[in-house]
Amino acid sequence: MADLVRRNHWVVRVTHWVNVVAIIVMAGSGMRIFNAHPAFARPGERFPLNPWEGHAIPKWLTFGAWLGGARHWHFAMMWILVLNGLAYLVFLFLHGEWRDVVPRKGDARDAIEMLRFYLFLRRDHPIQGKHNALQKSAYFAMPVLGVIIVLSGLAIWKPVTLGFITVLFVNYKWARVVHFVAMVLLIVLALIHVFMVFAVDPYALRSIITGWYNRANSPEARNARPFYHLVAPRRSSAESETDA
Amino acid sequence: MDRRRFVTISAASLSGALLAACNANPEKASKLLALAEHGNESIERGLFRHTAMDSVPSAAALAGKDFPKYFISDRVPVWDPAVRGVWRLEVSGAVRTPLSLTLEQLAALPRVAQKVDHFCVEGWNARAEWTGVRVSELARLAGATADAHYVDFAGFDNDYHESWDMESAMHPQTLVAYGMDGRMLGPGHGAPARVHSPIKLGYKNTKYLTRMVFMPSRNGGYWSDQGYEWYGGT
Repeated sequence: MADLVRRNHWVVRVTHWVNVVAIIVMAGSGMRIFNAHPAFARPGERFPLNPWEGHAIPKWLTFGAWLGGARHWHFAMMWILVLNGLAYLVFLFLHGEWRDVVPRKGDARDAIEMLRFYLFLRRDHPIQGKHNALQKSAYFAMPVLGVIIVLSGLAIWKPVTLGFITVLFVNYKWARVVHFVAMVLLIVLALIHVFMVFAVDPYALRSIITGWYNRANSPEARNARPFYHLVAPRRSSAESETDA
Repeated sequence: MDRRRFVTISAASLSGALLAACNANPEKASKLLALAEHGNESIERGLFRHTAMDSVPSAAALAGKDFPKYFISDRVPVWDPAVRGVWRLEVSGAVRTPLSLTLEQLAALPRVAQKVDHFCVEGWNARAEWTGVRVSELARLAGATADAHYVDFAGFDNDYHESWDMESAMHPQTLVAYGMDGRMLGPGHGAPARVHSPIKLGYKNTKYLTRMVFMPSRNGGYWSDQGYEWYGGT
């Protein structure tokens, strides 16, 4: 039985996929730029907070081939990233969909319940709306990290002309640290997101491509944990399961 | 085709085109990147203000002997007066009175000492205290004319040079520096004099300076000609 709903507006779908390309190019070229001097310490100083100080990132993870090339890609793609991000945020605000991701009271409790379910400490999938509480926190954290990345990026791109942004991060050196750490966090969240799509809700792929989502296949309907109940049950068996 | 389908297909082809641009067709990609660099330069020049200055806390540690030394010649370039005669800084081009200054004459001009950052294109920054003369002071003395829109800084480190936009050259923190950390500039850092400014990336700051030419148009530079941004502003 299909219970089809229009889940993702075309603005969300377009900005999502443009974001995929932009973030891959930005992270890859950023890491190539970082590799020109893979350390945070100023000459003559030490930076014990980074255990890999002085070690370059594997070349296959980088993009842009050489420092100058990576800089050109980075400073071109940044506009696509920023304009795309603004389009998404403006849409979210105007369309009221910010309510789907902005944390509210009770989200912490709901997130704990989701974790308990994933850890087999609870049998039934917690009741949820469009997103579960863990998803919500991730989808809220990602744009927040995006804003931090853009601001710290401006701070190291123009540390004199836009020095008033640089001082928000103390100075150029620390802005560079923030820019890098926020990038790593964003990539980690994105990788978890992709993992969970395939391990828990592959049916969501349709909703980020065509917009349509079959609620009969939702993780809640399937009582799905990562790699559990991936195949949607027939309606009758689903009913017997909820009865049990 | 309905709107949804159209949008989905457009998004897919846009992503595809972007990826194809960098893999299959680097020629097209480099044209787009050059366009972006051009746009960025306009934005950067639009944001540029002489009142936006680099500031380093007075208690901040200086890089000192760890300040990286760098030149493109095989060996550290040293001005040998026995071979080349007395070192002079030539100020010429779009000026009313070309100058030719010895180090003593340069040091007699109004002196500025500033503790600032040096931002390298590689990502590191290093602090030092630079002593020298403002480029704007030299422009004033030489009487730079109205069609002086760019300045080329050239040195005796092979054919190293980098040209600058006039606004950046006239920034109060842009110096022809002959002193570093309270001492005369060392051969590893561009002696007898070099350009130093926190408002441009390191590679724009020509060392081993000999010529300053005011020009109506730009003429590239050593690293700019190899694909790094010509503007290179901070």
